[in-house]
Amino acid sequence: MDKFTRLEGVAVPFLRANVDTDMIIPMTRLVGTTRAEIEAGCFELLRLRRDGTEDPDCVFNQPAFRGAPILLAGDNFGCGSSREAAVWALAGMGVKCVIAPSFGDIFFANCFQNGLLPVALPMAEIERLAEETRAAPGNARVTVDLERQVLVSPRGREIAFAIEPRRRTAMIEGLDDIGATMTMGADIAAWQARQRAERPWMLPDGAAPGQEGPS
Amino acid sequence: MAGKTLFDKIWDRHAIADLGDGFHLLGLDRVLVHDLSGARALEEVAEKGYPVARPELVFATPDHAVSTKPGRTEDTFPVGGRLVRGMRRRTAALGIRMFDLGQDGNGIVHVIGPELGISLPGAIIVCGDSHTCTHGGLGALAFGIGSSELVHALATQTLVQRRPRAMRLNFEGALPVGVTAKDMILHAIGRLGVAAGTGIAVEYAGSAIRALPVEARLTLCNLSIEMGAKMGMVAPDDATYRFVAGRDFAPKGALFERAVADWRTLPCDPDAVFDVEHTIHMADVAPQITWGTSPEHVVAIDQPIPDPARAPDAARRRAWAAALEYQGLEPGKPIAGTPVDWVFIGSCTNSRISDLRAAAAVARGRRTSARVTAWVVPGSERVKKEAEAEGLDRVFRDAGFEWREPGCSMCVAANGETVPPGQRSVSTSNRNFTARQGPGARTHLASPAMAVAAAIAGAIADVRSI
Repeated sequence: MDKFTRLEGVAVPFLRANVDTDMIIPMTRLVGTTRAEIEAGCFELLRLRRDGTEDPDCVFNQPAFRGAPILLAGDNFGCGSSREAAVWALAGMGVKCVIAPSFGDIFFANCFQNGLLPVALPMAEIERLAEETRAAPGNARVTVDLERQVLVSPRGREIAFAIEPRRRTAMIEGLDDIGATMTMGADIAAWQARQRAERPWMLPDGAAPGQEGPS
Repeated sequence: MAGKTLFDKIWDRHAIADLGDGFHLLGLDRVLVHDLSGARALEEVAEKGYPVARPELVFATPDHAVSTKPGRTEDTFPVGGRLVRGMRRRTAALGIRMFDLGQDGNGIVHVIGPELGISLPGAIIVCGDSHTCTHGGLGALAFGIGSSELVHALATQTLVQRRPRAMRLNFEGALPVGVTAKDMILHAIGRLGVAAGTGIAVEYAGSAIRALPVEARLTLCNLSIEMGAKMGMVAPDDATYRFVAGRDFAPKGALFERAVADWRTLPCDPDAVFDVEHTIHMADVAPQITWGTSPEHVVAIDQPIPDPARAPDAARRRAWAAALEYQGLEPGKPIAGTPVDWVFIGSCTNSRISDLRAAAAVARGRRTSARVTAWVVPGSERVKKEAEAEGLDRVFRDAGFEWREPGCSMCVAANGETVPPGQRSVSTSNRNFTARQGPGARTHLASPAMAVAAAIAGAIADVRSI
């Protein structure tokens, strides 16, 4: 996983509430497709018109914001489907950090699995950032400093943000959970032995349909 | 010290290690795998050379990208056929039980888990699918995860999770005529909003919940994620134990009795404390229908389409206006009477035998409107067989519905089955998001009985007036 320490760049304001992961990446991009096809499909319901051409009014297509690494978003961003492809698609569009008042729980966890930083800030703060950004389109740069847990607005205001130490460390060092968990094999085996002794009924009962296996 | 909630009890007994900051390493009882996220995760496990830690606790079923056309094969939807073959190869190599297309046990992952006794009270169950919360209806702690977490779950039979806060949502009183579990949860989402459960595990309680049959509890819990809660649950009780008894993978005999004795200790202690609590009085709940593009865009069937000018804040004013434009609706007009082109009865929300019985009870002896294409997609092979044994397929066919093969179908439109652009659908599924049922499709969520009422009227209709 890519490491995340510090990021400086343009922030694209898209403050709509309850943006679901179907909106970020539609199902038509997910079935039997490659990672590249997914990455090319971010927000295509908004970015593209019926005839497949780009909608110039869409903020993601405007020259000042195209490829912006920071997304300023509304409440409950990434709600709905668990599709991790929503994170892959955002990354494919160049987004490395999403700033929103709140996030869908599964999307939030998926971000950390892919080195994309979700930052929670109050809506009023995000609206101020959006105003500063719109005041100088394309030139208003935001800095996200994960080591100091500080965000610097285009006008130089410093805004502190909170993140769990465990997740912060994993992002900075580019670690994923699986390697760490695999070092805990003894703890896992001990728990499983206890579970078998105390709750043996949790093991699936023997004979059942499909036992013969697929033909 | 305050007592423990149902959630606390299940979480605590699965905590292998405290990782700090509220994170725990949790042991998992079941990992469920379907043909989209699951097939991808199985490929990734193989590519990275990980083991599958406990294949006997993993169960696989193709459901998302399979055609539900009568007489289908895996290649009726060719892209899905490739996924099914990949899944078959991987599960066979890894020793994972797969319920293959057309086999007994196949169906929608959240239908077959409870149906086969794979899902049990007190279990932690994960799946790469946000509607995994469905299994909470049995008193399990079940939640959706992304594909990276799914790889972690397969490779270690554990997961790192942060402990959520706790909400209790009480439903008190008797269900009014025409009101189902689907109406209860849609009403709650309308009241509390789609973000009310973010970072929260919900327990549904109260006299109306205790009176709900188990399949209705599954429907209720299914929509927890539409309230933002990735976990939703109902305490197990005698109805739950009767439901679980005798199912294929459930414990039998003396072991079952031991299990029940343990499950009886799971319900919330009387002095347990919830971070948030809400109560809904059933007398206030009428049959529901969504009007917009978010599950919180919902009204009682006898209400008008909301006016953005009267939205509580600017953000919702914009969202409501955009939703009305996408849906092609005018504010202030009654929602009932809006012409409908498609009706879909199915999905992990409402495709169980009790749902089909409720739908058939309205359809019996009636005809669908000529303007409507109406489908019934049973949730599993077993639901299909049971319905056919009861003659429900004939009731639906005689009424003008198409009786199809099991799968997710038009709920998620991953299998090429879509509502055409601009057409309006009344659907028993769980999401009315923009383009959810296909590009340009307009979705209205409702209960099975309400969906049949719409199919007959050719318009959104009040099932109580039929």
